[in-house]
Amino acid sequence: MLGMISGIGSIVLSTLSQVGGIFILFGQTLYWMFIGPFIGKAASRKNIFAQMVFTGANSLLIVFFVSFFTGIVLAMQSAYQLAQLGAEMYVASLVAVSMARELGPVLTALVVAGRVGAAITAELGSMKVTEQIEALQTQALNPVRYLVVPRFLALLVMLPCLTIFSDLMGMLGGYVMGVFNIGINSGMYIDITIDFLTLKDIYTGLIKSVFFGMIIALIGCYMGLNTSGGAEGVGRATTVSVVTSFIMVILADCILTGIFFFSQM
Amino acid sequence: MENKEVIIEVKDLVKSFDDRKVLDGVNLKVHKGETLVIMGGSGCGKSTLLRHMTGAYKPDSGSTFIKGKDITKMKESEFDNIRKIFGMVFQYSALYDSMDVEENISLVLKEHTKLAKDIISIMVKMKLELVGLRGFEKFLPSQISGGMRRRVGLARAIAMDPEIVFYDEPTAGLDPIVAGVIDRLILDLSKKLHITSIVVTHDMRSAFTIADRIIMLYEGKIIAEGTPDEIKSGKDPRLVQFVEGNPDGPIQFFQNSGEYLEELTK
Ligand SMILES: Nc1ncnc2c1ncn2[C@@H]1O[C@H](COP(=O)(O)OP(=O)(O)OP(=O)(O)O)[C@@H](O)[C@H]1O
Ligand SMILES: [Mg+2]
Repeated sequence: MLGMISGIGSIVLSTLSQVGGIFILFGQTLYWMFIGPFIGKAASRKNIFAQMVFTGANSLLIVFFVSFFTGIVLAMQSAYQLAQLGAEMYVASLVAVSMARELGPVLTALVVAGRVGAAITAELGSMKVTEQIEALQTQALNPVRYLVVPRFLALLVMLPCLTIFSDLMGMLGGYVMGVFNIGINSGMYIDITIDFLTLKDIYTGLIKSVFFGMIIALIGCYMGLNTSGGAEGVGRATTVSVVTSFIMVILADCILTGIFFFSQM
Repeated sequence: MENKEVIIEVKDLVKSFDDRKVLDGVNLKVHKGETLVIMGGSGCGKSTLLRHMTGAYKPDSGSTFIKGKDITKMKESEFDNIRKIFGMVFQYSALYDSMDVEENISLVLKEHTKLAKDIISIMVKMKLELVGLRGFEKFLPSQISGGMRRRVGLARAIAMDPEIVFYDEPTAGLDPIVAGVIDRLILDLSKKLHITSIVVTHDMRSAFTIADRIIMLYEGKIIAEGTPDEIKSGKDPRLVQFVEGNPDGPIQFFQNSGEYLEELTK
């Protein structure tokens, strides 16, 4: 009994210290992002660019596949329901609004968490266990400034971009399904999409993706920088990082959707 | 020695990892321009001691002074200025493996100086020439051997022309000739450029070649200290055993306690 209580206690404590650690990392990242450039210590542009290419351009294909087919599935699923009301043409608006508000940002975030978040943890983790992080520090190169900021910025910028791309590809999937299979008139499909999709749908989705980007970057970097225990430790840290990012993305999505819903945005 | 300027001073350093005391009240002074060798058995805390001097670890109690300033109580930004005057050669090289050899060496120069690109590339060539690896600029760390990595690590450590260089087993695992070259390099750096060197090593031949002073660490304490000649003629049985590499003696190879038979039959 006592053992169980102390076991739970130590899990709670270590979780709290991790949450604290992530917030400290967030603070340091903001410091190096906004104060760093004024004391002549900006993150290198070359690094930021390389990270953006890795995060953004190299994710296009997988985001395309996931979103396009989700659009198709969404169209089939809603056509099945709407057919009973004789309102198949509203497949267009349903696909567009669900992609923009919900599925575009969330699916993109999950794909990127699995691809980029895992890569960040694996890379920083192996740098940690082979003492490269310590080497950076002894050379007076701050690891947050040198490693975290470029990855954070890349995700902050590229995740919303990928989300827009995902929205479009999802709608394209819906269009292909709606026009060629369900038999909605092409012009009408586009008209309904444009009529029903508001600017708010799009920017609430983009606000979400900004938060998701920060979550993935911070968790990925934190888990990487705190890796211990050799190659096995790197593997463990990578798994924990991806799982934690998934949970936090869904949790944040729930909270943000609630905020947007209740504030009538 | 006594009248020389003290550049590093370690006072009453204590450090434990999960209840295991690794350093237990270490006191030592390093003088400007000297080469100090730290020796001791595997796992006795040599790397840990070095890491307290470079500020990578914070002690449980005690302090480290570099040029008279307590680095354990220093702000990160202030400490960064001190870090620029020292270099470190890591036990397992710790080269940045996403960068090629040239970038590994030039990174600090790019970040901390305003030198032009072509000047930096000349400086990199000079450092690589010193360690006998000119021509390997474009190789990745994964494409060169362990001994070559160690030498690139050395070139990286001296890229900024530091005042102090820390070496963690710079010659371990190298062939005798390359080890000799590294020894000579350490000697040259300290004699010609008056660089202060702190070298951790098990290699007795190398220790007696390069050292001005040797200390021996055992069970978290310094048990012997002196010039190479004093160490060679030292009477402490632990020291004698270590220098001669004798498997039998006061230092037990088996680090576990408890009865072997008891544990087997339990
Ligand atoms: N980060 C750490 N966490 C836990 N224990 C550690 C850590 N670093 C070192 N130790 C422990 O401290 C002791 C001394 O380690 P250290 O690396 O300083 O030994 P060493 O003298 O350099 O040995 P070697 O000659 O084999 O390199 C070891 O028992 C090791 O298990
Ligand atoms: Mg060691």
